[in-house]
Order: sequence, then C-alpha cells, then structure tokens
Amino acid sequence: MENQTSTIQLVQASLVRRKRKERFLKGLGLSAICFAFLMLATLVISLVASGHSAFVQTHVTFEVFVDPDEIREKRLPRGGFDDALAASLAEYLPGVDLSDRATKKQVEKILSNGAQFHLRDLVVADPSLIGQTIELTVPVSDPYDQLNKGGIDPDTPEENRRLNDKQIAMFNQLVAADTISKPLNWGLIINADSRFPELAGLKGALIGSAWALLVCFLISFPLGIGAAIYLEEFAPKNRFSNLIEVNINNLAAVPSVVFGLLALSVFIGWFGLPRSAPLVGGMTLALMTMPTIIIATRAALKSVPPSIREAALGLGASPQQTVFGHVLPLAMPGILTGTIIGLAQALGETAPLLLIGMNAFITSAPDGPLSSATTLPTQIFIWADSPERGFASRTSAAILVLLGFLITMNAVAIFLRSKFERKW
Amino acid sequence: METAAETAAPKITAKNVDVFYADTQALHNVSVDIPDRQVTAFIGPSGCGKSTFLRCINRMNDTIPICRVSGDITLDGQDIYDPNVDPVQLRAQVGMVFQKPNPFPKSIFDNVAYGPRIHGLSKDRAELEGIVEKALRRAALWDEVKDRLDTPGTGLSGGQQQRLCIARAIATRPEVLLMDEPCSALDPIATAQIEELIQDLSSRFSVVIVTHSMQQAARVSQRTAFFHLGNLVEFGNTDDIFTRPSDSRTEAYITGRIG
Amino acid sequence: MNSGHILSAFDTDLERIQSHMLRMGGLVETALHDAMTALEKGDLELAAKVRSEDQAIDDLEEEIRQEVERVIALRSPTAGDLRTVLSVLTMASTLERCGDYARNMAKRTFVLEEFRYSSTLNGTLRRMSRVVETMLTDALDAYVDRDMAKAEDVIERDFEADQIYNSLFRELLTHMMEDPRTIAPAMHLHFIAKNIERVGDHATNLAEQAIYLVTGSFPSDDRPKQDVTTVNLTELRDG
Repeated sequence: MENQTSTIQLVQASLVRRKRKERFLKGLGLSAICFAFLMLATLVISLVASGHSAFVQTHVTFEVFVDPDEIREKRLPRGGFDDALAASLAEYLPGVDLSDRATKKQVEKILSNGAQFHLRDLVVADPSLIGQTIELTVPVSDPYDQLNKGGIDPDTPEENRRLNDKQIAMFNQLVAADTISKPLNWGLIINADSRFPELAGLKGALIGSAWALLVCFLISFPLGIGAAIYLEEFAPKNRFSNLIEVNINNLAAVPSVVFGLLALSVFIGWFGLPRSAPLVGGMTLALMTMPTIIIATRAALKSVPPSIREAALGLGASPQQTVFGHVLPLAMPGILTGTIIGLAQALGETAPLLLIGMNAFITSAPDGPLSSATTLPTQIFIWADSPERGFASRTSAAILVLLGFLITMNAVAIFLRSKFERKW
Repeated sequence: METAAETAAPKITAKNVDVFYADTQALHNVSVDIPDRQVTAFIGPSGCGKSTFLRCINRMNDTIPICRVSGDITLDGQDIYDPNVDPVQLRAQVGMVFQKPNPFPKSIFDNVAYGPRIHGLSKDRAELEGIVEKALRRAALWDEVKDRLDTPGTGLSGGQQQRLCIARAIATRPEVLLMDEPCSALDPIATAQIEELIQDLSSRFSVVIVTHSMQQAARVSQRTAFFHLGNLVEFGNTDDIFTRPSDSRTEAYITGRIG
Repeated sequence: MNSGHILSAFDTDLERIQSHMLRMGGLVETALHDAMTALEKGDLELAAKVRSEDQAIDDLEEEIRQEVERVIALRSPTAGDLRTVLSVLTMASTLERCGDYARNMAKRTFVLEEFRYSSTLNGTLRRMSRVVETMLTDALDAYVDRDMAKAEDVIERDFEADQIYNSLFRELLTHMMEDPRTIAPAMHLHFIAKNIERVGDHATNLAEQAIYLVTGSFPSDDRPKQDVTTVNLTELRDG
C-alpha cells in the first residue's frame, strides 16, 4: 500500500515536468510552422506586390486617320505608320507642334513600339482602311505604363525621372481626353517574348513547358513504372539488384545541373538534336523525373498488402496477372501522386534547361517539340536578367503564373489520391 | 469413417518433406497421408511449421525466393514438384483460404468470378453467373449478398468476407481446399458459421485446415496432425489425438502444458 | 507430465478436486474401519458416529461433482486432464457408495445388539474387512502414485475377499438351517458381509480408474469373479 501511494506521488511529481516538456515541444512545432508560413506569405506577398501591376497594361484608345499620303497601298507593307499614329495622337494634344522633330519623337514615344506594327498588320489585312479613320487601342510604352501605375512619381526632380515635365503634361492631356484605359493584360499570356516589356508575354514559355512536360511524361512514366515493377515484383533479391536500388536512390539526389551537362553532351553533342528544343528539354527532365517516379512507384507497390498478392496467387493467377490485375491498380493513386509531384518538380527546373540553351530569346511560340522555345522557369530567368523596369513586375507575374501551375498540379495529385484511394 | 480413411487411397501423400528457409530448416522429414473428402487439421505452437507445410501443398512457398522444399508431395499420385507441373495449374486444383479475410477491392461478383475468369471456366456471362451463384450458395453466403452482388466485397463483415474468400476459392472447383487459420480474425458466431461450412465442404473436397485453436481442430476435423519444432509429432484420428495421444509432447500441447 | 499447465489456475483446480476425492477416500476408510470395530465390540456410540459422519462424505461428493462441472465448463480439459476429471467424478461416486455401505453396517450393528447374537463369525468378518480396507487404501495409493502394479494387485486381491465372503455365506446358511431362531441376526450379518464384499468390488473399480488414468483404457474384463454364491445356492438346493 505504501508502495502504491509513493508511485502516485512520484507520478504526480513528474507529471508537471512531463507536461511542461510536452508544452515546450508543442510550442516549438507551432512556431516552426508559423515561421514557415510567414516565409511563404512573405514570398507570395512580395511577388504579388511587385507583380500585380503586370497583370494590367495601360492602353491608349484614339481615332487614327490612315493617311493616304503616308500609307500607300502599292508600297505595303511599308509605309509611314509611325507618322500616321503620331499625327492622329497629336489631335488629342492641343498645343503640341509636330513640326518640331524632337516633339514629334516624344509623341511617337508615348506609344509602344508595337503600335505601328499592329496598325500595319491591320492595314495589310484590309487595305480598304487606307483613307479611313479607325478607332485603335494600343499599349503605351513602358515609361508611360509605369507613370500610369504609379511607378514614376511626378514629384521627384525632373532630372531623376525617365519622363520630363513636358512628357508628363502630354500624358495628362491624354488622360484628360479620357483616352487612357488599364484593362487586364491578356498579352502576358497570349504574347510571345519581346524586347519591349509592354509587349512581352509568356505564350512561348507556356507552350515550350507544355511540350517539354509532355515529352518528359511520355518517357519517364512508362519507363519509371516498368523499372519499378520489375525491381519490386520480379527482380531476384541479390547484390546486383541492391546495387541498382542504391544507384536509383542516388540518381534522385544528383544535382540537376549534372543532368543538363549530360544532355548537352549526349542529346545535343552526340545525337545531334537541336538546341533549345522542348524535345531535348523534356528528355533531360525525364532523366531527373524517372528516379522520383521509380521510388514513388516502388513505395506504392510495397504498400499494397501482401494478402492481395497471396489471394490472387492462391487462386492460380500468374505473377503477371497478379501484378497487372491487382497490385498495380491498387498502387495507381500513389504512383500518380508521385508522378505528378515529379512532373511539378520538372516544371520548375531551370538549371539543366539553361545548359541546353532553352534561355534563348525567341519571339514566337514553338510550333512543335523540335522548334526553339523557352520554358516558364527559363523565361523567368531571362526576364529577371533584363534591364527594363517593366520586366521587373513581369518577372514576378511570371513567377506567380508558375506557382499557380505548380499548385494546380499538386491539387490534382491530392485529388487523385483521395479519389482512387481504396480501403481494404 | 476411420476405416474409410484407412482403406481409401489418400488424396495427398507427403514423403520425407524437408523445408529450408535459407539455412534454417523449418520442416524435418514430414510424411503424411491426407485423406479425400475429410477434414484434416494441423495443430501446433507458433513456428512449428504447420503453415509452412500447408503452403507446400499448393506451392505457395515458391513465391518466397529463399524457401527450398525437398521430398515428395503427390496429389492423386502426381508429383506436384515435378518440373512439368505448373504452380498456376496446381493452385487451380488446390484452393487456399488465408488467415485474414482478403477479398479483392472489387465487387462481390468480381471477387468470386475472378478465378473462373482467369482459368476460362465459363463460356459466357450466364454460365459465369451460374458458377458465382453456386459458389456463393455453397459458401452459405448467397442469401446475404444476392441483392448486392455489385457492391464491394470489402464492405462485408469479417465473417462474410471470409466466406466470400471461401466462395472465391471453391469457384474454381478445386479438389483440395487449404485453410490457413481461417477463423483467427473472426468472432465466435462467424467462427461457428465457418466451421459448419467446413463440415459441409468436406463432403466434396479434401479440406486441410491449420488452426491455433485446438478446440476448433477437435470440432471440425476427422484427422489431426500435431507439429512441434518442425517435426510432425503425431498424426491420427482426431478422437484419439484428443483423448489418448500417444506422444507425450502431443499430450503436453493439447492439455496446455507447452506453448 | 512433470511440468504444470501454462495456466497455473488449471493446476490448482485439478489438485483441488483430487485432494477432495482423497479426503473423501480417507473418510470412507475411517468409516469402514469404525463400523467394523463398532460391530466387533458392540460399540453403539461408535456406530452412531459412523452413521452421522456419512453426511460429510455425501457433502464432499456433491462438492466434487460441482467442481468437476466447473472445470469441464471453464477449462475444457483434454486427454490426461480429461481422464483425471472423469476418474475423480467416478471415484467420488464409488466412494460415496462405500460410505453408504459403512453406514448400513453401523445401522445393522444396532439391530444385532438387540439380538445379542454373538457368533464366531466376527473373526472371519474382521479378516474380510481388513482385506477390503487394505484394498481400498492401496487403490487410493495406486491412484495417487499412478502405480499400475499396485492397482493390478488390488484387482487380484478381490479374489481373496470374494472367497472369504463365499465361506461366510456357507457358514451363515448352515447356522440358519440348524437353528431357525438365528435367521434374523444371520440375515443381518449376511448383509454386512455382502456390504464388505461390495466395498471390495468398488475398491477394484477404484483401481481400474487408476489404470484408466494412466493408460487411457480399462483393463480387459478377465478379473477374477469369485462370488459364486448363486451357483452354490443352486447346488445346495439341488443337493
């Protein structure tokens, strides 16, 4: 009896200490999560703060007189499109004298460089426009875009800003004429890359990434699953298969830039495949993704209860029938999850793609896996390197687009897992 | 019954069977004659080799790479370890029911139809449905599941799942049914139902059951084999084993003196 | 079977029912001995004690029956354990019958005292009783020691008890034929002798249980059957 009371006393004495430790551990875990969350929030907030302006684009809408003196049908596609635009825009700027060459230059500079090509394309497509007045909406050039979005403060001394007082006055006249608008910037998605930030878009990068991922999936998924099934279900367990297993695990940990070097020397140097092609990019990414898929597939196969294998074998199913009829379907959710996570990793991979030249400046979207292209992460890399102010916000916007895709892919992985997961 | 067992040719004959796991010998020189259309029970403490021997009979041990079997086991006089015998074909003849109910995560119908399908036992859907119904009826499960054949087999209760597994095993029309502790995960009522079913099945098949419950062996079997430390210690009529065992180890085990 | 059960409570249960049975055996031995002494010495006090103590034997038998019931229900004994339990049950009822015979002898002692019938037969009865008492003791010892030889010896000795009974039977018959007044006491004496002879038979049964306990089967039924009084009777009538 004496012993029992002393036990209770000892327990009570230690209970305080134990509970304190428990609280400490809980607190530690909670603060770790808070810290991680804070970091994530900082990242997203800073990206949104710097990138949100890239999702809208300042446009100017004005009546353009397609002057037959400047633009003649016979000389198309050449013509004085810039002069026609400047003259029409000057109509909205009372007191601006276009005969002064410097002033004319400044008026021209309000519009994006792409505006004259846009007009040219319209006129080439429909020469009857010559001599008519049409309403045109074109992006303004980057400095005015910045001014409109508050990127340039008119209160700073004139010598410290990219626009002088006269230019700001001209822009304000346009604003007063109600010609300036700020619609959603679809150009970010539907335009290819450009030297001019107001025209630059992600179309080329998105299509390039899509091709690369498709190639990567087509190579790594069947090969990865095949290898995993062989290793897990059929390979004899000996020193050789152990060696293979260790090497696959090592492969998953190899720095990605090494795969880029390998691809450069083998795919491009040896096979003679074209540089900057999504095919080569996809093959490189497949090399990286395959170990991930093999490991995920093996884990998924291992987690299928052995009783299912025994049940099938006990009924006289052959090993192949057992694997493909029972084990693989049950492992599929895990395999798909692993694959999608591997592909998401591949989607965000930059280093190996830089080495195979996927950071080239390409102003048109690729029309196949063999044409030159960039991918989302390499596009971000290119933009981050560009000096123009407008690219800073576009870089952040592109990162947000990439993050959006990654989140979507992970969401699909979670959805697939919960949908196909079976209880037994 | 006894005379029938002694005079009729045995269904399965094992002679001098040794089983090794890598360098460890799991079974020592086991020789036993298993009669047809009777229930034979294997009893013994854990790790005595009774399950190992059971798994020799349908060559399930083949799936374990380090396992090596020597000696002769014949089914109706045919050596089952003959190189010409395919384990797939053998397992169609010798069905097996496992310790834990393990229905496939498919519908009840597909569970039972799986064996007949892979072995091509039916010509068309109607015939397959007939086979499934017959197997479920024989497993005393038909009345409980006939209205929900397309629901998952994993949704049944433990006892029903085990009877589903028995139905699945007998749907391939085996000649021998091996049961590895079929009731160890079940409650007493479900156990009684399975035992009743085993009695019923023994009129058609040779049933071999491994059990940890000596009372179960006493209740369902006509012949009992006692394994201890990898040896077959005693094999005889269940009545004799449980009243007058001839080996002191058997007596010690069934009276609860050694585990 | 040196080692005990893994479940030690099972051992305790088996030991308890066996020790109850042996205590019962001790009580029966005493009762038999006292009944014989009371008869021999005409000690009515002792005879009364034998009669009253039979209740304790009956109570023990009931207790054993209940405990056996419990052990079978809770422990599901098999093989040797099952035989132990079954033999204890059988032996308890056998001993209870022996106790009844002793009580019956004590009861008849009162009647015999009224007749004041003293006969030379007391010595023979004493001898027979001694043989049967040893048989009883030896049968119980054989059970305790699982001693097959001793048990077989007990079965052999029943022959001796039967022979003494046969000679007693003839003697009593002669007495009754010579002097019809002795018929009543002689009948009582005969019943006493028959009781002792029955106890001998029961001792044989106990010895058989000891053999069953060890071997799992009963000895073949060629035990010496020497109660030939039925034959003798016909002989006498015919003669």
